[in-house]
Amino acid sequence: MTAPVLSVENLTVRLPAGGDRANAVTDLSLTVAPGEIVCVVGESGSGKSVTAHSVMGLLPKGQLTPSSGRILLEGEDVLAASPARLRDLRGTRMAMIFQEPMTALNPVLKVGDQIDEVLRIHTPMSAAERRARVLEIMDAVRLPDPARMIDAYPHQLSGGQRQRIMIAQALVLDPALLIADEPTTALDVTTQAQILKLVAEMQTRRNTGVLFITHDFGVVAEIADRVVVMQHGRVVEQGDRETVLREPREAYTKMLIASVPSITPPERPPVSGPIVLETDKLSKTYGSTGFFAGKGRVVKAAADVDLRLRRGETLGVVGESGSGKSTVARCIARLIDPSAGAIRLSGVDIATMPERELRPHRRNVQVVFQDPYRSLNPRRTVGDSIIEGPTNFGLSKTDALARARDLMGLVGLSPDALDRYPHQFSGGQRQRICIARALAMEPQLLIADEAVSALDVSVQAQVLRLLDDVRKRFDLAVLFITHDLRVAAQVCDRIMVMQNGSVVEEGATRDVFAAPKHPYTKALFEAAPGREFGSRLTADLD
Amino acid sequence: MSAADTVPAPRRTGALAAFVLRRPFAAVAALILIAIVAAAVLAPWLGTVDPRKLNVLPRMRPPSETAWFGSDQFGRDLYTRVVYGARVSLIVGFTVALLSVSIGLFIGLVSGYLRRLDAVVMRIMDGLMSIPGILLAIGLVAVSGASMKTVIIAITIPEIPRVVRLVRAVVLSVREEPYVEAAISVGTRLPLILVRHILPNCIPPLIVQATYVAASAMLTEALLSFLGAGTPPEIPSWGNMMAEGRIFFPIAPWIVLIPGCALALTILSVNVLGDGLRDRLDPKIAKRM
Repeated sequence: MTAPVLSVENLTVRLPAGGDRANAVTDLSLTVAPGEIVCVVGESGSGKSVTAHSVMGLLPKGQLTPSSGRILLEGEDVLAASPARLRDLRGTRMAMIFQEPMTALNPVLKVGDQIDEVLRIHTPMSAAERRARVLEIMDAVRLPDPARMIDAYPHQLSGGQRQRIMIAQALVLDPALLIADEPTTALDVTTQAQILKLVAEMQTRRNTGVLFITHDFGVVAEIADRVVVMQHGRVVEQGDRETVLREPREAYTKMLIASVPSITPPERPPVSGPIVLETDKLSKTYGSTGFFAGKGRVVKAAADVDLRLRRGETLGVVGESGSGKSTVARCIARLIDPSAGAIRLSGVDIATMPERELRPHRRNVQVVFQDPYRSLNPRRTVGDSIIEGPTNFGLSKTDALARARDLMGLVGLSPDALDRYPHQFSGGQRQRICIARALAMEPQLLIADEAVSALDVSVQAQVLRLLDDVRKRFDLAVLFITHDLRVAAQVCDRIMVMQNGSVVEEGATRDVFAAPKHPYTKALFEAAPGREFGSRLTADLD
Repeated sequence: MSAADTVPAPRRTGALAAFVLRRPFAAVAALILIAIVAAAVLAPWLGTVDPRKLNVLPRMRPPSETAWFGSDQFGRDLYTRVVYGARVSLIVGFTVALLSVSIGLFIGLVSGYLRRLDAVVMRIMDGLMSIPGILLAIGLVAVSGASMKTVIIAITIPEIPRVVRLVRAVVLSVREEPYVEAAISVGTRLPLILVRHILPNCIPPLIVQATYVAASAMLTEALLSFLGAGTPPEIPSWGNMMAEGRIFFPIAPWIVLIPGCALALTILSVNVLGDGLRDRLDPKIAKRM
């Protein structure tokens, strides 16, 4: 075996006093060999990003301090290196790519110049040589037409292209170690698949060691050679991919893997309740109207969407960002006004109803939003948030509070927590509170707009189970908006696939997953990371 | 998962002590300001005489043990006049801040939330902003005569659009928050949404803005009085005093310098306190500046 590129030995990183634990990372050891991809996987707060930043010497000064251990990059201790030496190492021997390709690039510099900057700082190459090198690396990361793209600004590129620029920037000096901190989390699945392929390809060709930070077991299954599972700053388990994924030893790893929803949909009987929601050629067009707008671009966010949702049924709306799935949901909840078409709620068309007449219908449609940290007013107690709706419709405060207490119990929280503020709850708990707030209105239709996308897998599984429980209990119709095919497979009776504002395919979940018809649906399924891995596990939600 | 898992709320005791320790300048400024306000309120009991009393014999006496700040060209006691003058500056500063913030808050909330009104209201505000306060004051004085009311109105009108813009910016960002959308979908009516969910987010930046408005109003009042378009001459104000003492500056500089220093100290204190409050209430903006 060759000497490892990176070897972390007994690393401990202290947190500032007064935190919820003493160390961000405790006694962590791992190695990355040349040409090996090591995935560090864990839920939020597990210390995986701190590990990555420690290796790069990028820990925020004065807040996080490595208190013991060594980080050896090709035998050289990074923790003992001077700031000048560290700067030199970054870029030449190790490089990092980040989660957010939108913010990691400077918006006012041409992308070519941003790659060039690395060469300018670290090498004595001439301008012409550097330009040739930049073009070469841009070609290597499969950017179309490098000669033209070299002079583009970041906003002119797509998210995937920006991430490729980031990778080009990281790899241009052939570092021995590449650190990837959730590089595909902000990307759509099809883009994610391409980027993962690219990382794997670059790494094989250049024999780079890769430390890959992720929370997604699908990605791990797709790309990892070895896996390090972290929890609360400690390594729970490490080993090669097959062993960890197929025969995990530790209970925590087993629980994490079991929480990943299977991509194979279970058998579901068709639902035959009365139709609660029906849309007819629902469209939303964003365009230039108004005095100063002139004749501009018109964007069809949703075009001629027909959907039908029965009582007790879950309809999944699946698609990538910009597909119009959220637009449809927001039109149905009348948070935005549709441009054309009808929205019939139990037969009544609410599409163009003025606010005053609409108000009694609002209680029938409730929404659970994506971001649990922004869906509750931080200045109001959760009790006030839950009773706001019922008191709007004339329920007395005492009765509303009694109902809120019941609902808190129902969503698995203590009724005594009603007088607490949102910041005192975790993300998963807040999402439960949001569900309680929605249920307090006794709606017929619940819209879950990416309601579990921001949650860790173990919490996600719990919230999904809760959603399924309340659907059965109250015989709700659920419109489930998601980009995650695994989640859709598990909770939806029927799914609708959207692309560029239009519905491209619709059908019973099992049929669509078994035999997708539209090429886009096929591409979407192809791109789902770690497909084989999930299908052998059954995370039974019933 | 139960209530026991939740994080305890941070304690708020000692917030004042923390503010004093972390922002000593702002704390000193607050103390100075309290002293000035106390002096203005308690003016008759602070060893003062009648500020309007003329006295022919001790004219233009320099500061001494008996007359701390000396006397002016009419023999009036300068210490008395400076203490009484604080009343004018403080009343104008406070009233203008209160008026422009409350009117601006209302217009900003409504125009930020109702898109149809927005375009029209903001163009009116642009129009108001283009009126120079001094010119408006001179015009108003010409029409209705010099009085404190005129001065306050003249300074308030051009300040309102600044507050409106600030509030509108906050409203535009907060109205997109999911918790506002959640409130809409549980059927909360518009006025309640504004008051309950949006207004609280406007308060911290407004408190800070109010201090700046107050400081600039005091300065403008002094300037107007100096020009003779402000506070009527029978009321002692720092601007009046400086205007009257101007021609005697070479022989009796204290007549101009002492009210000038009082004005500078007051405005500096208000501004420093405003900066301290901004750092405390809005750390994000503080870092950017």
